[in-house]
Amino acid sequence: MNASSKPKLSFGEYLPKIVVAPTFVATLIFIYGFMLWNAWLSFSSSRMLPKYDWVGLKQYERLFANDRWWVAAENLLIFGVLFIVTCLVIGLFLAIFLDQKVRAEGAIRTIYLYPMALSFIVTGTAWKWILNPELGIQRMFREMGWESFSFDWLVNSDMAIYTVVIAGVWQSSGFVMALCLAGLRGVDENIVKAARVDGASMPAIYRRIIIPGLGPVFFSALIVLTHIAIKSFDLIVALTGGGPGYATDVPATFMYTYAFTRGQIGVGSAASMMMLMAVVAIIVPYLYSELREKKQ
Amino acid sequence: MSLNRILIYGVLTLAAMFYLLPLLVMVITSLKDLEEIRNGTMLTLPQSLNFTAWDKAWSTACTGVSCEGLKGYFWNSVLIVVPAVLVSTILGALNGYVLTKWRFRGSNLFFGLLLIGTMIPFQVILLPMARTLGFLGIAGTTWGLILVHIIYGLAFTTLFFRNYYISVPSELVNAARIDGAGFWMIFYRIILPISTPILVVSIIWQFTQIWNDFLFGVVYSSGDYQPITVALNNLVNTSTGVKEYNVDMAAAIIAALPTLFVYIVAGKYFVRGLTAGAVKG
Repeated sequence: MNASSKPKLSFGEYLPKIVVAPTFVATLIFIYGFMLWNAWLSFSSSRMLPKYDWVGLKQYERLFANDRWWVAAENLLIFGVLFIVTCLVIGLFLAIFLDQKVRAEGAIRTIYLYPMALSFIVTGTAWKWILNPELGIQRMFREMGWESFSFDWLVNSDMAIYTVVIAGVWQSSGFVMALCLAGLRGVDENIVKAARVDGASMPAIYRRIIIPGLGPVFFSALIVLTHIAIKSFDLIVALTGGGPGYATDVPATFMYTYAFTRGQIGVGSAASMMMLMAVVAIIVPYLYSELREKKQ
Repeated sequence: MSLNRILIYGVLTLAAMFYLLPLLVMVITSLKDLEEIRNGTMLTLPQSLNFTAWDKAWSTACTGVSCEGLKGYFWNSVLIVVPAVLVSTILGALNGYVLTKWRFRGSNLFFGLLLIGTMIPFQVILLPMARTLGFLGIAGTTWGLILVHIIYGLAFTTLFFRNYYISVPSELVNAARIDGAGFWMIFYRIILPISTPILVVSIIWQFTQIWNDFLFGVVYSSGDYQPITVALNNLVNTSTGVKEYNVDMAAAIIAALPTLFVYIVAGKYFVRGLTAGAVKG
């Protein structure tokens, strides 16, 4: 090797690192650095403007003493559980029905999945109109002769959160269907055939063999849906605006309101840290199981 | 047809109606005038095809204080989406290439750090980013939003390309290296020509995400620089006089058209992006 080729070689060695450097630096600063920065804000006395002092857990105490925060947390729990379970059930059943060698499968699949391409703002706007008691579904049934029909969930503080579930399921269940269908297509046909030969009925085969085999698919779907639920913000803004009152507030809308419209940066950042903790509580077991699988 | 088949098609058709109904109601409503809306139900068909509401939504409807329709905001979104999608996809492709074919010590750690970036709730970076955009002097501008979308899209695009390139045989790259081909040459001659499917997946994913984004749009843009989702929300919530549901619906369809179009033309790739995002690592 001659001397002149040496610097070239070492440049070549560094080149890949130079190429990923912008992303690396951006990740360190804009994800991890910002998380720390945000954590600091949550321990400071910041209100309208950020202040970089230290007041310990004061902002968290204020957050936990705030009724509105607990309404938001409870709403996330109600919405999250119902949204996830309904999406999983609908998605699984639609996938099973679609997997029966039906005609026009491609077209049907396209119809089930198109809401996923829409913005939650569009979804919220559309459902706000459909669920509007004066002009939407309620009006339609009454015009058809069912005078006493009542469906006013959108403007009823106790029920409004369920309208968010309806719209959310409408948007995201097709995605679970797509995942489950891919999973069903991966099931070994020979096992199914063998079970049939042994005299097992199709429902029994689904219950005992196929659905348990979809475990990993459910797991991925669960992670994605949980993630959508915790981050849900646009749908609530467009559908209910967090109302009536703050009856449909969730942590994401709470955080936005306090941090950006009420000048309560400290409380807002504390709320976002709580959201981060919730996500971490889900990701850590997920990553752990993924890594364990890889080792095996 | 057996009873079973009838049941299957019955359920599938009912479900299809559930998914199609909101779109149908939107289209029907957007083609009516207010008189027809007040007198009929949401499924009564319009008496004639009336595009007045569409025209108003596009050019004269009020979104807050200004009354110039959605057209300006539609172009804002285009101006944000095009550079943000291109830059994040190109960088993602290069990152994926390095992370699979030019590994270095710590490259796996880097990928792990990046992966976690796809999972954090963005609320946790909203406040620091708002300050940073202020320092940089691009708060509230198109440039600010482009930058934000590039940064937080990188984790996804890198993930797509990394998972795609990992199945490209390394022997191919090693053989080319022995023949004296360098980093860029291998990328252009070997990697890029086989990347079309994943390029499409990445572009569609980023396009849909950025076009549909509301959170960054509402926090980091103001006035004339707002993207279409924010403008749509303002339009729907602007309460001056009579509520014009037909205009609201026309506006919602206008905001949805680009992503719907992409989905219908390239649905296969859209689904692939969704599932690639689901099965991480």
